Amino acid sequence: MTVFALIIINKAGGLVYNRSFSDGGLNKLSTNDYLVLAGTFHGVHAITTRLNPVKTPPTAPAPVPGMLTRPEPPSGLEVLESENFRLQCFNTMTGTKFLLFTDTTQANVDVTMRRVYEMYSDYVMKNPFYQLEMPIRCDMFDRKLSSYIREINNR
Amino acid sequence: MAHLLAGGGGGRGKQQATTTGGGSSGAKGDHGGHQIGVSSASREGLRYPSNGKTIYHRPLNRSKTAELSQASFAYLFSEMVSYAQRRVTGIQDLEKRLNLQGHPIGLKLLDLLLIREPARNQTRPLNIISLLHFIKINVWQHLFGRQADRLEKSLNLETPDDYMIYDNEPLVNAYISVPREMSHLNCAAYVAGIIEGVCDGGGFPARVTAHTVGGKEEGEMWPGKTVFLVKFQAEVLEREALIGKG
Repeated sequence: MTVFALIIINKAGGLVYNRSFSDGGLNKLSTNDYLVLAGTFHGVHAITTRLNPVKTPPTAPAPVPGMLTRPEPPSGLEVLESENFRLQCFNTMTGTKFLLFTDTTQANVDVTMRRVYEMYSDYVMKNPFYQLEMPIRCDMFDRKLSSYIREINNR
Repeated sequence: MAHLLAGGGGGRGKQQATTTGGGSSGAKGDHGGHQIGVSSASREGLRYPSNGKTIYHRPLNRSKTAELSQASFAYLFSEMVSYAQRRVTGIQDLEKRLNLQGHPIGLKLLDLLLIREPARNQTRPLNIISLLHFIKINVWQHLFGRQADRLEKSLNLETPDDYMIYDNEPLVNAYISVPREMSHLNCAAYVAGIIEGVCDGGGFPARVTAHTVGGKEEGEMWPGKTVFLVKFQAEVLEREALIGKG
C-alpha cells in the first residue's frame, strides 16, 4: 500500500509538478524523460477521448422542462496498470491532469486524488504568487502534500 | 472577518447608500427587483441588494452570525496582494501598500469594537498595555475568531520599548507561499496595517511591521509563525512614563 509519485500536467500538456514520495517502487527518470512522459500522456489522453466521443445520454427527461441537458463529457484514459504500479489519471474541468502512481493493491485512490485536488485548489490556486500554467513552486503545497501522503503510506 | 470586508469596500458603499437614501429612494423600494437592477446597472459604482438594505442598514451590534467564508476571503486577499504588487519597486514598497490597505480598517474597527463592548467599559484603552490587550483579545477575536497567541515586550536593551504580538498561523497567510526570491515578504503586513490603524485611532501613533519567525525545516510546528513588531512614537512613550509616575 504505497503512493509512489504525483505528476501534474497543465492544459497544454506541460509538466508543472513532479514529486515522488517513496524511494522504492519506481525508477528515477531524468527530468527530460518526465517532460516527455507528461507530453506523451497528454497526447494519448486526447486521442482516447476521441475514441468514445460522447457517453450515451441518460434516457430520463430533463428535470425541468426546457432546461438543456448536456451529455457527460468523454473521459478518456483513466487508469493504466502494469505489473508493478497503477497509474490513475484525474482530469479537472479546466483540463489540468493529476497522475497518481500507486501500488497495484492501493485502495481508495479516488479519495486520495480528491484530497490532492483539494490541496491544489487551496495552496496553489489561492496563492497570489502562483502564475497559471507555470511550474508549481509552493512550499505550503509541498508541505501539506508530503504530510498527507506520508500518513497514507504509513497506514 | 465580517468587518474586514465591510470596511474594505466602505468608501464606495457609503456613497451608494447616500445616493439611494436621498430623493427617490422610497419610490425605488416599491418597484420590483428587476427595475432596480436596471437602474443600478446604468450607474457607476457598487451594486446593492434588491431590497435596498446595504450593510449600513444592519445594527452595529449584530456580531454573532457575521462569519464569512474563508475561501472567498482567500481569493479576495490573493487579488489584493496581486493588485498591490503592480508597479512596486521592492518588497518594502509592497509591504507598505498592504499596510496602507489595512490602516483604514483598523481606524474603523476601534470604534466598532468599542461600541459593541458593554456600556460600562466603552472607553478606549488609555495605556499601552491595555491597548495591546485590546488588540490581542478583542481585535483578533473579531477578525480571526481567536485570540493572538502571545504578547511580549522587547528584551533587547537597545529597543526596550518595542512590543511584539505573536500569531502562530496568521489567517491571511493560510494559503500563501512566498517565493524564495521574496523570502523577506510577509503578507500579514496587511494585518500590521490594521493594528497600526487601531493604535493611531486610539491616540497611540505607532509603526507596525510583520516578520516571519517560523523555521523553514521539515517538521516545524509553526512554519508561518509571524511577529507583529509595534514601535510606538517617542511622544507616546514619554506620556506613558508621565502617567506611570502620577
